[in-house]
Amino acid sequence: MTFEAPDQDQRTVMIPPPEGDRVIDVHGLDFFYGKNQALYGVELPVARNKVTALIGPSGCGKSTLLRTLNRIYDLYAGQSATGKIMFDGSNILDQGKNSEQLRARIGMVFQRPTPFPMSIYDNIAFGVRLHRSVGKAEMDEIVERSLVRAALWDEVKDKLTTSGLGLSGGQQQRLCVARGIAINPDVLLLDEPASALDPLSTAKLESTLIELKSSITIVIVTHNLQQAARISDYTGFMLLGKMVEFRPSSDAFVSPETKQMQDYITGRFG
Amino acid sequence: MTQDHMLRAFDDDLGQLNALIAQMGGHAESLFRDAIDALRRGDQDLARDVIVRDKALDALEADVERLAVELIARRAPLGDDLRQVVAAFKISGMLERVGDHAKNIARSTLKIDDFRFAALAQVPAVAEIAEGMIHSALDAYAAQDALLAEDVVARDDEVDALYRDLIRHLINHLSDQSANVITATELLLIARNIERIGDNATNVAEAVYYAATGAIMPDRHKFID
Repeated sequence: MTFEAPDQDQRTVMIPPPEGDRVIDVHGLDFFYGKNQALYGVELPVARNKVTALIGPSGCGKSTLLRTLNRIYDLYAGQSATGKIMFDGSNILDQGKNSEQLRARIGMVFQRPTPFPMSIYDNIAFGVRLHRSVGKAEMDEIVERSLVRAALWDEVKDKLTTSGLGLSGGQQQRLCVARGIAINPDVLLLDEPASALDPLSTAKLESTLIELKSSITIVIVTHNLQQAARISDYTGFMLLGKMVEFRPSSDAFVSPETKQMQDYITGRFG
Repeated sequence: MTQDHMLRAFDDDLGQLNALIAQMGGHAESLFRDAIDALRRGDQDLARDVIVRDKALDALEADVERLAVELIARRAPLGDDLRQVVAAFKISGMLERVGDHAKNIARSTLKIDDFRFAALAQVPAVAEIAEGMIHSALDAYAAQDALLAEDVVARDDEVDALYRDLIRHLINHLSDQSANVITATELLLIARNIERIGDNATNVAEAVYYAATGAIMPDRHKFID
């Protein structure tokens, strides 16, 4: 019971999924932009075939945390991480600088749709070819399957050779999802994927993600609390580079324990 | 509530919702109090007045429902805000039923033909506890006070015990040849309505407890009908 108004200011609450269900397990993660520390001892258990949402005010470190999970920060000079990100039995932070293999297994979709300036078909085929050589018939199959899973096939099947840039924002974002899943990753990371989309496109993207989780584990950063409440199974609330509260989404938006999370989700923050 | 919302209009809406609940609570209490007064004094005019005034409570309940639904649709409340809106929604229904029970008491009062009937003197004591429970449950709502809500639930045992005493007394009386069957029967109904008001106060308190803590009240009182 919390009605005795205890001092909750420094509390961390973790209600994680069972250890055996976790596909990624982050422990004591610190992250630095040069000398500036952005993450402090972050814990993040990511359950397999679930949607995990990261929420928190701007600058809390949620996007930074997402970017460590497939080491995309390697692409930028001066950024470093210490701690443990356990994935498939090993700490991905211990592996060398070659993170391409890792990023094939942990894909990413960004805030703004980033289709390549090429046909819809090639947008998907391009990424697949980077990882392995594929014959025409198999590639056709991969492209179709990826577009179907991203709930875009019906809208683009008759114009696969037209430019991906000609699609609407919502379609472009689902094309990026299709591109991301074409190489069969274990995990898909999404950084504010719906922030530039209208409500209908957002709904389509959200239902796509819910469908996808039967085969792919999803981690999503979102500023939209209703979105996190709608689609996620677990929610992590971050503040000032720390994981303050992590729990099943079923009660995260109804009865969070920490005052910080309570204030944030009810709009009393700041 | 610890702190104002960044969106001021949200605080205004919640304030309005709380004011409506307070208004409903005050009205339900006064109906109940007057129904018992009418019974005690044999005041049929007051009993009729209670029956008429119950309608206002129905209108207030509709206002609470409208505002709560609008608040959910437009403000998308989460956390304790969400729990509070849901609690208000439920509590308005419970208070409306308190009004119905007060009205039932008033209707029975209109049928009673002996206001010096011995068992009648036992009624105000039970009613006083039930009324106190309603009052405290509403105080607990206003202050989001989980401890006071628990206290309300504990008091329901007293109402139940006095209710059982009264029923036993009335049944004994009814087995007597010279029983005033009409008055005794109406008093049975009145006692039942008071007991239900205690149950409603208990339900209000449980809703308040959940809104305040996010947890279901432990050892939740189970009612046996």
